[in-house]
Parts: sequence; structure tokens; C-alpha cells
Amino acid sequence: MSQAITAGDRIDDVPGMGLRRSGLILVGLVLVALVGLFAGARYGMLLLVGLGFGIALEGLRFGFAGPWRAMITRREPSGVLAQLLSIALVSIVAIPLLASNPGELVGAQAPIGFAMVGGAFVFGICMQIVLGCGSGTLVNAGSGNPVSLLALPFFALGSFAGAYHLIWWTDLGSLPVLTLQGTGGLVATLALLAVAAAIILWRAAPGVPRLNRRHAIAAVVIAALALGNLVIAGQPWGVVYGLGLWAAKAYSAMGGDLAASAFWSAPGSAERLSSSILTDYTSLTDIGIIAGAFGVAAWRRGALAAALPGYPARAWIATIIAGFLLGYSSRLAFGCNVGAFFSGISTGSLHGWVWFVAAFAGAFFGIRLRPLLGLEARS
Amino acid sequence: MTRAFTASLALVFVAGLIGFDLANARPNPYKAPPAFALGSGAVPTGGFCGALPN
Repeated sequence: MSQAITAGDRIDDVPGMGLRRSGLILVGLVLVALVGLFAGARYGMLLLVGLGFGIALEGLRFGFAGPWRAMITRREPSGVLAQLLSIALVSIVAIPLLASNPGELVGAQAPIGFAMVGGAFVFGICMQIVLGCGSGTLVNAGSGNPVSLLALPFFALGSFAGAYHLIWWTDLGSLPVLTLQGTGGLVATLALLAVAAAIILWRAAPGVPRLNRRHAIAAVVIAALALGNLVIAGQPWGVVYGLGLWAAKAYSAMGGDLAASAFWSAPGSAERLSSSILTDYTSLTDIGIIAGAFGVAAWRRGALAAALPGYPARAWIATIIAGFLLGYSSRLAFGCNVGAFFSGISTGSLHGWVWFVAAFAGAFFGIRLRPLLGLEARS
Repeated sequence: MTRAFTASLALVFVAGLIGFDLANARPNPYKAPPAFALGSGAVPTGGFCGALPN
């Protein structure tokens, strides 16, 4: 994620820029209309929500891995506080909605277990190695980051493999699904978020901005889009399932047999494998995020003209391994920073809180590993 | 080489994915669910990263 769109961007500064920007808007709207027309209105709207996520995340430089790194290395709290604010805003609407519409809406609720905690810890390491989480990898790939572009297909493969083995891992030991529901659940969620924010503020360096305006705007926009996702799809914003589905479809098309996997051979999975990805909710928002981030990069003057950074061979190998582990671990953890942390906490799942703690602990290791693996750009 | 190349590759990846998928499975708008899940009366059935198969 690079520079933010500024009010000072004058479209008449560069010949053809106005035409290019008009074209970007037109192409985006046509794609949404085509999906709505040929797949269904719900699917078109979810693509639009995904485009919104991509535009907001890239345009406002909002993410998850970067703010965690800023908090850990420089003790800058703004990005993490914005994440907590966004989660709080979603929970204020989502938890009551889930309680009053249990037959139409579901939360991102999953069990806490050994594999879940370990998966979140590994995810936290890897998201700092490649400096991209679930949504961040999509955004960065769309805006031309070569590390994320390479990590993406291996992320998908890892997600597929993690789901393939998911039952074996969960059989190692899991609690029942624990949730904070209704008014009491909402109050408890907001109280826990306030405690988390207080800890972040306590650890923040003196003199640095607590919550800057750009992050605050991003928190509100992302919250609105996440609620749109819930109301339209009936389920919260997620990333990882769609990536695994893409790899599963490719595996199946190449003659691979998924019957041995309890996950991929289950009736729901089988139905989605035989259906178009244009009818899969997380696939649509994932595609929208990539396209939206590309749109912002193309919108900005000079963003796509930036030279690619140089990395040693070990950095590319580390990216492939970390990309695969991002996908694999996020399936064991029942989600990434989006599906488990953001959507889990905001819909009252306690696994989201455990994910947050485990992944944040892993981030400390990932930050130390990144330069050793050659992933600090040389030029 | 610039980011224009890698960003374009990302778009090619997405376009290729959709093209490959459309060759194997076509959506049917006449079987599409209501536009909004909220108020539809239908049970959500989408895949999600937090869901177990059973």
C-alpha cells in the first residue's frame, strides 16, 4: 500500500489522466453490472463491496500487518487503534443483528483449540515476513507489490491444503464454539476492545499521534463495508475461504480426487466446487479487493511507474514458504486477520480474541525474521 | 521493470481465474438468491473460513 489519494491530485496535471480515471470508474461499474446481470444482484453487490474494500484499504493506506509492525517497532498506535475502532463500530450493529435474525445471518464463530492457537501464531509470523495479511496480500498484489503477487498463489494453495487437513488438526483438541451474544455480549465485546485500546495507548510512545484522521476515516469506511457484506451475504467479511476454493477448483480440474478430504467432500464444499466462483461470496470480495487496489494504483499519478525493488533469492524462497504457511495456518486458525480477528471479534466469537493474542505474539518473531530473510528492499 | 508490470500480472491472474472458472461452471441468474440476506428468510449457505464442514 503506497501513498494516499490527496485532494491536491489535479487530473489536468498529466495528459490523459482524466480519461484514464473516468475509464477506471466505468470499467468497475460495468463489471459490477455484468456480474449482477449474469450471476445475480447479490453477487454484483458483493463485488461492489469488494471493490470498496480494495479502494479503501489501498487508497487510505489502511491494513493490519503494517500497523502491527508500527506498534511493535515504533510504538505508533494509530493503525491498531483504528482496527479496534472499526471492529467496535461493526459489533455495535452486527451483534444485535445476529441476535434478532439468527435464521438469516451467521457470525464468524469458530472453536478455540490447539491448532487454532498455533495457526494464528504462525500466521502472525508470516504476515510480518511478507508484510501482508489476508486482505493485505490481495491489496498489495493488486497494486503491484511483487512479494505479495508471488505469495498470493501459494497462499491459495496453503488455504486449500489447510482445509484439506482441517479435521485432523481440530481433532487434536478443541473447545465448543464460545460466543458473546445479545446485549450482554455486545457490552462485553466493547469492554474488551476498550481494554485492548487502553493497553495499546499505555504502550504507545509519547508524542506520536494516537489516532490520525486518515486511519479514523478508514475505520468508519471499512466498518460500513463490513456491515454491507454481512447484510448482503448473510455472513461476515472473509478472505481465506475463497482463496482455498480457487486452488481446490484447479486441483479438481486437473483430475485431483477430493473424496479423501472431509472438508472438501462435504456437501456444502462439493456444491461450491461445482458452482461458479462468481457465486462465492469470499471469492467475489477477494476479486474486488485486488481490482479495487489496482484501480487506486492506476488512479494515482506515478504509482505504477515506480521501479520494482530488488531482493536476494532467499527472499523469494521465503515469500513462497511464508505465502503457503499464511494460507495453511489461517485455515487451522479459522480465519486470518479478517475472518478471525476482524469478523470474529465483531460478531462475538471468542476465537477472534484468542487469534488476536496469538497472532500478535507471532508478529514479534516475524518482524525479527524479515530482515534476516532479505525482505527489506535493497533498492 | 515497474509496478505496472506486476499490477498487470495480478489482473491477468484474476481474469484467467474467472475465465478458467466460467469454462467449467456458469452462474445462473434465475437461481440467484435474493439481493439481501437480511430479510430474505433464507438460511445462509456461503463458504466461510471459520466454518467446519459439518
